[in-house]
Amino acid sequence: MSIFSEVPQAPPVAVFKLTADFREDSHPQKVNLGVGAYRTDECQPWVLPVVKKVERLIVEDSSLNHEYLPILGLPEFRSASSKVALGDDSPAIKENRVGAVQALGGTGALRIGGEFLRRWYNGTNNTATPIYVSAPTWENHNAVFADAGFKDIRPYHYWDGAKKGLDISGLLDDLEKAPEASVFVLHACAHNPTGTDPTQDEWKQIAEVMKRRNLFVFFDSAYQGFASGSLDKDAWAIRYFVSEGFELFVAQSFSKNFGLYNERVGNLTVVAKDNENLTRILSQMEKIVRTTWSNPPSQGARIVSKTLNCPELFAEWKGNVKTMADRVLLMRDQLKAKLQALGTPGTWDHITQQIGMFSFTGLNPKQVEYMIKEKHVYLMASGRIKCVV
Amino acid sequence: MSVFRDVTQAVPVAVFKLSQDFNNDQDPNKVNLGVGAYRTDEGLPWVLPVVKKVEKVIAHDDRLNHEYLPILGLPQFRSSASAIALGAGSAAVREDRVGAVQCLGGTGALRIGAEFLRRFHDGSNNTQTPVYVSAPTWENHNAVFASAGFEDVRSYKYWDAQNRGLDLAGFLGDLETCPEHSIFVLHACAHNPTGTDPTQEQWMKVAEVMMRRRLFVFFDSAYQGFASGDLDKDAWAIRYFVSMGFEMFCAQSFSKNFGLYNERVGNLTIVARDPDNLQRVLSQMEKIVRTTWSNPPSQGARLVAITLSDPALFEDWKANVKTMADRVLLMRAQLQAKLQALGTPGTWGHITQQIGMFSFTGLNPQQVEFMVKERHVYLMASGRINMCGLTTKNIDYVAQSIHATVTSVQ
Repeated sequence: MSIFSEVPQAPPVAVFKLTADFREDSHPQKVNLGVGAYRTDECQPWVLPVVKKVERLIVEDSSLNHEYLPILGLPEFRSASSKVALGDDSPAIKENRVGAVQALGGTGALRIGGEFLRRWYNGTNNTATPIYVSAPTWENHNAVFADAGFKDIRPYHYWDGAKKGLDISGLLDDLEKAPEASVFVLHACAHNPTGTDPTQDEWKQIAEVMKRRNLFVFFDSAYQGFASGSLDKDAWAIRYFVSEGFELFVAQSFSKNFGLYNERVGNLTVVAKDNENLTRILSQMEKIVRTTWSNPPSQGARIVSKTLNCPELFAEWKGNVKTMADRVLLMRDQLKAKLQALGTPGTWDHITQQIGMFSFTGLNPKQVEYMIKEKHVYLMASGRIKCVV
Repeated sequence: MSVFRDVTQAVPVAVFKLSQDFNNDQDPNKVNLGVGAYRTDEGLPWVLPVVKKVEKVIAHDDRLNHEYLPILGLPQFRSSASAIALGAGSAAVREDRVGAVQCLGGTGALRIGAEFLRRFHDGSNNTQTPVYVSAPTWENHNAVFASAGFEDVRSYKYWDAQNRGLDLAGFLGDLETCPEHSIFVLHACAHNPTGTDPTQEQWMKVAEVMMRRRLFVFFDSAYQGFASGDLDKDAWAIRYFVSMGFEMFCAQSFSKNFGLYNERVGNLTIVARDPDNLQRVLSQMEKIVRTTWSNPPSQGARLVAITLSDPALFEDWKANVKTMADRVLLMRAQLQAKLQALGTPGTWGHITQQIGMFSFTGLNPQQVEFMVKERHVYLMASGRINMCGLTTKNIDYVAQSIHATVTSVQ
């Protein structure tokens, strides 16, 4: 008998199961509106031209080798990435109180940040500290924080299904009622899955309550540049919180905005009160990284670092990002226009009001099932569609 | 006031601190025998020629893109990596009961394997299940299993300092007396840090006890090919255990044998009783990976997969590996010869008897301190030296330094 005989079968990750089902579907008009990866107008994956260019530069550079990176990652990648989030002229950076951990995509950044908070945030054992994630949120948020050791993960009000928008009063109410020192995972922009972000005024209200109630800010930033086409615009909320004096974490992903999904390029930006605190934090981050992946992978970080640190390549990258963002905006416009032209029952303004890669259609589970089984249009059970196919 | 004010300063990782001190040292004769990476006879890092070749192929292949890999990794990498460990003719592979998880180096493979075992090995909560690591072992083993949630990480007898060899009786004794279902981390070859491996007969004894006492086999294989120069020779122990019918894990690293340290290329090979058990195990591995790194990095895995799957490139790679292994063997032979020629007190046979990148010199902490501070020869406090740090240009100085140390410091 096997020593593994008691191991139960785990259910597959929904979004990958959807893609697997899509692949097996032989219907000629099938469409995959599932997993969040950009597609061109030919429905093809897109390797950014700047990425192809930089990959060739790297491979021709005989001064490069494959020696281990430092535990916290490639230094020029970490600093350039934090700068992208916080802004070139960030006072926090000038004050030497911003650090970073190169991590394995946004997932890795969230996990390392979560592991740190569970050990060190509010006393030395935060297994009972509540973590709040939006209702709804990215399907993996809950599990990442649970595996980091948090036992109390709760939703905060976010999506108002009736008005198809942000439930700001519910959100603020949850902030007022949460136990002090609770950790809140905020989507920096292009909320996944709803595509609905707070306005600047709403962010200001959120920040006011969080500061007053000593709640911890953990930004998840997976779509910077991709949402509006402007890096600065998409980072407004992060920069506002930093300017309000918050100590905070930002889990950055370069999967989407660099199209480097499979090289796992992420960065956990840490904003502390001062350099002394920052140094101690980073030393503990090293211990956590050392037992997870020892030190991070080089290729993706080198590509991003080279691009961000070279003015011409940086400009080229921003152009590539705008290409993707513009195509999303065009598809949003066209989808809404066509639904209106068809006279489809319901209101469809939310399609162009929402931002980023995803749209919350408002379709219910039975309607989603119909879309998949009868129309061979694959979307998430939540009604979430990807706007570029 | 900072919300992080109670965070304490962590102690730096010893081996990286050593390199840092070395880098800051101005002495012209300084030698770094610390960190475990290969160096050429010029003392430089070496990008394997086959790696450079395949990197260019990848960069110019417009059919490739950067779409997410599956959670468990690049399929061709996983299967070719497992085949390297288990052998091309492996019955277990033919029987469809071998699976794998592409991981972030050997560290990632150990961590994912450990996370799985903590959840599922013997009942559904193994926080109390003992995990045994050799005394001594790689400095990170303990912490990886502790981070995975194991609260009882113990050592099994391994190094006999007196005789400078394997303490087989102690090792077997620990296997006989440990709790049933305990987990044992075994070094597949080129034991780190001692360079001392069991012989085939000794491995057979270890396997017999482990099978009888239902102990879990978790191989750590970071030096396949690098130890003897021969992939099959270095995998003998793994293959023997598989042939004996064990279900087991093997954490493979391609950092050293491909020189791909910074691309984090690892593979957790899983051998189960049958495909059904294997599938359930892999489904749970996916859940663990999903919350750690979601899906693994592509570059290194692509490189290794292409190399292992192409006969000509595979031969190139084996030759590159042999180049590295041969240089290490040469340095071992020369160091021993020079110490004997100097008449350095003590026996130095262990330098050539030990295998792989490391040698346990037998120098004590005071002697190590003398080596570092007075001679500017950097080695680990345990007395471990990295043979790759030796070159034809510095080997005399190192031999003389050992001589000076042993004769002036007790």
